[in-house]
This record gives sequence, C-alpha cells and structure tokens, in this order.
Amino acid sequence: MPGYRGLALKALLDAGAEIGDLIRIIKDDVIFEGILIPRSEYSDDRHIVIKNRSGYNIGVEVTPSTRIERIGAEMKPAFIPPPPPKQRPGLPRVSILSTGGTIASRVDYRTGAVRPVISASDLYSIVPELADIAVIDAEILFSVFSEDLTPKHWSAMAEAVARHITRGVDGVIIAHGTDTMGYSAAALSFALQNLPVPVVLVGAQRSEDRPSSDAPLNLIGAVLAASRAPFAEVTVAMHETPSDDSIILHRGTKVRKCHTSRRDAFKTVNAKPLARVIGDRIIMLTNEYRPRDTGRRLVLRANFDERATLIKFYPGMNPKIIDWYVSEGYRGIVLEGTGLGHVRRECFPAIKRAIESGVIVGMTSQCIWGRINMNVYSNGRDLLAMGVIPLGDMLAETALVKMMWCLAQSTDPEEVKRLLLTNLAGEISERTVEPIEAPRIFSPSKEAD
Amino acid sequence: MGVDYAQLGLKVGLECHQQLATREKLFCSCKPQLFKGEPEILFLRRLRPTQSELGQIDPAAYFEFQKGVKILYEANSETSCLVEMDEEPPHELNREALEIALTVALMMNAKPVDEVYVMRKIVIDGSNTTGFQRTCVVAVNGIIRVDGKDVPIQHISLEEDAARKMGEEGLVIRYRIDRLGIPLVEVTTGPVINTPEEAERVALAIGRILRATRRVKRGIGTIRQDLNISIRDGALVEIKGVQELELISKVVSYEVQRQLNLLKIRDELRRRGLRDEDLREDFVDVTSVFRGTRCRILQRAMEQGKPILAVKLPKFAGLLGFEVLPGLRFGGELADRAKFWGRVGGILHTDELKSYGVSDEEETELRRLMGALEEDAIVIVADKPENAMDALRAVVERAREALRGVPEETRAANPDGTTRYMRPRPGAARMYPETDVPPIKITRDYIERLRANLPERPEEKMERLIKSYGINEKLARQLIDSEYDDLFEIIVGETGVAPTVVAATLTETFKALKREGIGVDRLSDEQIIGVFKLVGSGETSKEAIPDILRWLVGHEGARPEDALRELGLTMIPEEELRSIIDGYLDRSAELIAGRGLGALGALMGMIMRDLRGRVKPEDVNKILREKLAERVKAER
Repeated sequence: MPGYRGLALKALLDAGAEIGDLIRIIKDDVIFEGILIPRSEYSDDRHIVIKNRSGYNIGVEVTPSTRIERIGAEMKPAFIPPPPPKQRPGLPRVSILSTGGTIASRVDYRTGAVRPVISASDLYSIVPELADIAVIDAEILFSVFSEDLTPKHWSAMAEAVARHITRGVDGVIIAHGTDTMGYSAAALSFALQNLPVPVVLVGAQRSEDRPSSDAPLNLIGAVLAASRAPFAEVTVAMHETPSDDSIILHRGTKVRKCHTSRRDAFKTVNAKPLARVIGDRIIMLTNEYRPRDTGRRLVLRANFDERATLIKFYPGMNPKIIDWYVSEGYRGIVLEGTGLGHVRRECFPAIKRAIESGVIVGMTSQCIWGRINMNVYSNGRDLLAMGVIPLGDMLAETALVKMMWCLAQSTDPEEVKRLLLTNLAGEISERTVEPIEAPRIFSPSKEAD
Repeated sequence: MGVDYAQLGLKVGLECHQQLATREKLFCSCKPQLFKGEPEILFLRRLRPTQSELGQIDPAAYFEFQKGVKILYEANSETSCLVEMDEEPPHELNREALEIALTVALMMNAKPVDEVYVMRKIVIDGSNTTGFQRTCVVAVNGIIRVDGKDVPIQHISLEEDAARKMGEEGLVIRYRIDRLGIPLVEVTTGPVINTPEEAERVALAIGRILRATRRVKRGIGTIRQDLNISIRDGALVEIKGVQELELISKVVSYEVQRQLNLLKIRDELRRRGLRDEDLREDFVDVTSVFRGTRCRILQRAMEQGKPILAVKLPKFAGLLGFEVLPGLRFGGELADRAKFWGRVGGILHTDELKSYGVSDEEETELRRLMGALEEDAIVIVADKPENAMDALRAVVERAREALRGVPEETRAANPDGTTRYMRPRPGAARMYPETDVPPIKITRDYIERLRANLPERPEEKMERLIKSYGINEKLARQLIDSEYDDLFEIIVGETGVAPTVVAATLTETFKALKREGIGVDRLSDEQIIGVFKLVGSGETSKEAIPDILRWLVGHEGARPEDALRELGLTMIPEEELRSIIDGYLDRSAELIAGRGLGALGALMGMIMRDLRGRVKPEDVNKILREKLAERVKAER
C-alpha cells in the first residue's frame, strides 16, 4: 500500500482494499467511488486518493464516521510496448549507455515508481525513427539522478565507453541527467584520449512520458551525430532553441547548463558549438576538431583524484575555508574568483599557506563568460606571484574536473601544473570570439531549406 | 416542430466552461489576457503521442504525428512566459481561481473534495504546448434546480484554457498561447436533459450562477459549452465549442435530426442489401478518364501532377446527396473525414459530379472503369497518392459506419448551429497525475468560511432588484441575464436616473442596438455610466441615449461628452426653447385659428420630432401649453 500510513491505512486494511481496487468511500451524506491510487510518501496519513470514473484523482479525508467498502478488483493494467521496428543491418552501429535522469526514465503513475526505460527495444518503441538511422545496442550502466553521480561514476562511464569502442561501434551515446551532464562531459573529454569515434552525451529537460518531451529529438540528434558526424570528440547534444527543429552539439569541455528548465539550457561558453543537426543533416560550425578515424587507438585514462575542490569566492569569504581543505588533505583547489580572477586580500595568507604545503591552486572566474587576466590589477598580480595558476578561459566546473584528472595522472606538482595549463581537449582556447547567439525568434522560412 | 424527444430517448449532458476573472493565470503569474497584432515570439514544436499507463496510443493522435504535423506557436511577453511555452514547470495552482471554483461549487450545492489533485488530460492537437491540459476536480455531486427539476452536477473542475488556433498551412498549424493558462471553471451536468429547450434553460441557469460570483469574465468567447448528445439507437456525440447560448437548442435539435437521418440511411442501405464486406479499399487511378475534363478542380489538380483516385461505394447511389442537416449532405460527412485523415481539400462523388462540370461521357467512362452499377456511388479524390489513399480509406471507413448507424465522434459547432467532424472520441484512459503540482488540502474551516460569504444567488438577487428598485420582474430577469445587473446598481446609485429607465436601456435598448449591428459589448462600464450621468445632470435627455451609444461604439475610446458635442445633443436652454416655440406658433397661426387649444397635440409632435434629445418633453409641454393658451386668448 505505497504511501498509506496511520488512520488511512487502517481504514483501507479494514475494508480489505488494495491498490487498484474499485472502492466506495461513504462519508456523511456523500459517496465517492473510484480506483484506489497510491499516495506520495510525504503526504499525511489522513487522506485516501481515488481515481473516479472520468479519470480524475481526488483526495478524501478519513474521519471517524467514514466507511470504506471494497467493490471489487479493477483489471490491473499491463504495459505492452508496441512491437519495435525491424533493425536494418546495413546501418552504422551505435551504443547507448544509460546512466539515469529524465531522459532514461519513465514514471509509473500507478506506483509512483521511476523505472529505467533504456533498453534498445524501449528506445525503438518510443522513437521508432532511430531504427532508420542506426543499429542500436543499449546497456544500462546505472540508474541515478545526475546530482548523485560522483567521479567514480565518471570512471565507470569512461571504462564502459572504451569497452564499446573496442567492440568497433561507430559512436557511443550516454543518456544522462542534465544537472551534472556538463561535468561528466568534461570528465569523459579527459579520460577518453585519442578518441576514434564520437561520444555524445544526451539528456532531456522534459520527461519522455510527455507528448512535448524534448527527449526524442535530442536522441535522434545524438544518434545521427554518433553514427555519422565527421568528428571524434566528446559532445553534448541538446535543443538549440525552444523549437523542435535544431539540435546543437557542444564540445564536452566548453559546455554548461545555464538555465534551470529551458530546452536550450546548455550553452557553449567561450567558443563556438561544434555542429548543428537539422532534419537528418549535420552542419559543422567549426573546422577545428579531431576527425573521426576508426583506425586510431583509444587511450583510456579513467582515474580521478577526488581530493580537489571548487571554491566560489564571495565578498567577506572566510579564509579559514581554504585552511580547512588543506587540513583535510586536499591536493588541488580551483578558485572561482571575481571578474578577471580576484579574491579579497584577507584570503592571501591562507592561499599562500596552501601553496606552500603543496596544494595546487588554480584561478577561474565566476563571470562564466570571458577569460581571466591576473595582470590587470595588483590583487591579481599578487596572487600570480604566490603561485596561483591562471586557468585562462576554462569553465570553473571543467577546471575542477581537470584538476581531479591531472592529480590522478601524476604526483609531481610541476607535471600537474603543466597538464593544467596544456590544452588537452579543447578546454582552453587562446582566442575568444563573439559567441553565436541562438536565434531568439524562430523563422518559419528556415523550415523551407 | 412536432418532434417527440421523449419518444426518441434524447439525452443531453452539458459541460459549461467559463473563464474566470482572476488577476493571474492558473499556473503562472501572466496576465489572463489576449493580445492583438504581431507576435514577438515564435517557436515550433512537434507533439509525440505517448503511451498511456495502459500502454495505449490514441490512434488519431498518432496518425497526425506520423504525417509530420508541426505546430508554430505565437506569443508575446506580456501575456505568456516560459510556463506557457512549456519551458518551465507550472507554478502552484492559483488560489484565487480555486476559491472562485469552490464558490461556484457551493452555490451549486456540490461537495468539495478534501484534497485537490491536478491531472494531465492528454490533448495533442497542439492547443496545449505540453500536449496535455491541466485540470482538477474541486467538487462533486452538486444539484441545481431548473424550472422545478433537479439537475445533477457531476463535477466542478478547474482547468487551464487552451491556446487559440490562428490558422493552418500545409502541415504547420499555428496557435497563439495568450489564452493558454487562463483559468476556466468547468461545470458538468448529468445526462438528464430531455429536450433542446431544456438544454438551453439549464445552460442559462448555470451561466446565471457563474456570473453571480461576479468573478468570471464577460463577453464573447469567455463561456463555451460542450454538449453530449445521444438518442436511442443513435450514438453519443460530443459537440464542442458552442459559444452562444441561443444556439444550444438549435445544435441539439440539429444533432437529433442528423442522427435520425443517419439511421434512415442505415435502414435504406440494409434494405438495399449492403453488407460490410461489400465495402472494399480498392482504389483505382482514374486520371485518364478526366484528361480533357472541363471540371476546374480536376484540371487544376492534374496541372499540379496529382493523380485522381476513385473508390466504389456499392449501393450508395443517391445517398451521398441525401441531406442530413440543412446544407450538409451525407457526402459532406465523407468529405470531413477525408479532409481530416487525408489532409485533402475535399472529395467529389457521383451524386454531384455534374454540378462540378464533369460530363456525362466522363461519368459513364468512370462507371465503366470502376465496374459500378447504377445503384453504386463513386467517390473521387485528386491529390498526392498517399494523401488521396488516406482520404479514400477514411471514406470507406465512414461508409462502413453508415451501415452500422451513427458513429461516436467529437464534432465542432458552426456559428449556424450545424456541426462538423472534428476527431474520433478520445479514449477514456488519458488522464495522468500532474506530478509537478503538489496536491492541495481543502480544510473544513476554509469551506465554512466560503459558505458563510457566498454571493447572492440569481433568484435572491432578482427579488431584491424588484423590491429595492421598483422594477418589474421581466426587467429584473433580463438585467440578470444581460450581465449588466451590477452596472445597473452602480448607475442608479451614482446618477439618480430612474431605475426603470436604466434597466430598460441596459436590456431592451442594448438588445435593439445589437440587432442593428451596433457592438454595444465594446463599450466600457465607464462610458455607459458617463452617458447616464449626462442624463442625470440634465445635460441631455433620456431620449438621446440610443444616439449617444451608437456614436460611442463608432468612436473607440471617446467620451460621452464628445458624443453630445458632435451630435449637437446638448440641451437647449429654456430662454432659447421659448423663442423656438414662439417660432412654431408663428408658423402655425392657421392651425391654431382652426383648432384652438386642440392644436396642442399636433404642435407637440412637430416640435418633439425636430428637437428630440435636446429638450425634455415635459418642458416643451409646459411652455407650449402656456404660450398656446396666450395666443388663443389673444385671438379671441
């Protein structure tokens, strides 16, 4: 009896009613009839939820005079997915690895449970168009909300991708919750070196059980990119605008979730996106990419050292926060400073102590857009002199992931510093160009071409 | 009309949808208003049919999707935000709207639920960006009394209004999302209504109660009725979107007529010995028959390279031209289906080929090619092959249904009371919980507080209007139905104009002006009050009111004072009036000589005809009487 406790549970048990049964609730002079529905676990213990004949759910409070009768058992619904379309053998082979999140789950409205759906046949039945693009092999890695993922999950993802690539697929897709998809994309960008084929992370801002879900188009875009894109890079595939007409592919190290709810929440920061998918066409937006080459041998470096942190500076920040991390044995700190890369002078002694004890300290900006420059103001120059490493136009989140990765690659602080400052996966760019704004207004004429 | 509806087993249920006059929309803080002009924001979506919890997919919806239908949404930033765009989860349910819905429920003696659950009702025609309409039952088991009969109210729901359809070009349907999210209260009656007139009376009674809350919107489009109609041996047909109360009885009687005629067609087909298996989806390309045709429709299609496909409907000859409703032949029902499923412009059939310029030779050749006998009908469609085939498949399916009788379907009301096919009736399993909106507890205290402060019910209000304003029952009833009852009380209170004059103006004068095509609905309350203020202060007379109203409707945003000036309707000062009357008397010496004091009536008529609206008749009468007496006396 999911969700029922106390008074309501007792009344239902007394009546011998079970979830899905047709019941009658007689209360004062009113009679309510309907199917007994589970209740959210955070609800109180006094209400019973039934679905009436027209399909509406209503809550009825149980009072001492309330009587409940079980009328009978309703037919339990059986979920029968439509038969999947036939696989077409000549097509490219793509693996879809599912980690959980909105795109990979479906709410069971009767039990309230969330169940993972990404088996290949589920996918084909939800988005039958996929069968025209690629032959899909699906694997469920884990089923967690993305905020519950840790660097250990990044390692597991990287290993799974490597396993599938070794099997010779033309591309790998990772279905992922959107909240931390940017972090995972960065992590895979560093862990999967020398990629021969594309790796595409894909999420959804509206769950797949809704008619307006962005999941199908995002998936179609991801499968097209994984099977046919000319590049071999880690990317994120999501809507470019609120319209269902364009999927944009962001480079894994330059992408960030910049909106809580919009379909086009993901933006490429300080760079151009890699490509756009419209209809069945992939349109490259840059020619700076590693080309697809199935002959190339993947190098897997899947380890991350979790003893690194990201500290967002704010006015009046207590420098003891930095000392605490040092005392806890952290090896790397990424500061998210203000403006061009600053923190208040009060923090200087703590930063100095950290660096002297061997902690690597890097600087990024909380402005999100733009690169840091620590030569403009004296605070910046002083921090540089202390040994704070300026991380250019790297996203703070990417910098943290890279710090964890670098720390796992070497115990030599100089080598870690060298790696941090080397552009490994497009995370650092020397030129910042005017960003391409997604068109705010959709023009119907675009449909014509 | 002599139809015995009881004999026919007519059953009608109503669903009244009324927009609420809240400050904000139901699930966000946007203004519940429409916008005119060009949209600021456009976005394109596809809605994908999803499986219900029973694993079913709505076939009509899936069909639309497969055709590649896209929806272009129009928005502006004042009337919609990310919530209507489905780019942000809904906010909490608008408590003001909930309170109005519960007030309606209590006024209809319904029992509020203890916990309100917002549901998603799947609708994927594009009218909702989400692909579902958010709706919740707030109360059940109500009862209202209409002309001595108890009408059960099954439930009272609160739901979001849908987007407005603006047009359709090819596979792109345009909707405007300003209306989306405006709170609606839905009142659903049991199917207990037995005559068309009763349906109208029940709708009127429900409308009166809704308006009595004084918190619902007024004007065209703010109240819409759906009708569920069935007769014995017929089928349950849902008719959506009746906007005018006066149309309800017509829609019901037309639907009864339509179902009876469909039953006649069924009986005739059975009499002719048609069997289901005789109706086959054998489509033949008959383009060659029409190479040299004079039929413009077919010529144009062939110029565009579209083939002409035909299907035979055995034993249907004469029936496609059979009128099921005024202006709607049975062939029209086939055409509606063909348009919906095949997205074709229309069909042609052998009951009407000649009127489209098809020659006898062509028809003979067509019949020969199709192997059709005289008792058979042929339907032809000229379009792209896949569309034409879908259209003909739908035609054959509708013909099969004709053999069974009346198909269950959802139809849309036309402004003349007839209806057109809209879509198949949706399955029952299309309701899901809206997991983004938490359930709301309705406490007993809250309900008791609402119950203690219920607005005046229509019948109570009527009695009060009669008693405190001394107007008669007919005027009082008309006032309440006019939706100007509140304004009436304000005007009488503020202007001192006689209540009967105000009431008659707001009801009878307004109705007469509307009949002339004068859109008095467009006048603001301020403008109407202003007109009566001018009358109350003696600046113009009550006779001038219709002219002033007419002028105001034609001059948007103008003030009643402007109307007086422009129309020259300002009152004539007494001094001037006296000399004008002298003038009339001078010119009428003969008349006065002949009739003496008896000339008063004729003179009065003359003067009033010329000065109507600029003088008070009683002033004219007084001065005229005085002066006439003087002249008669002088003459003696």
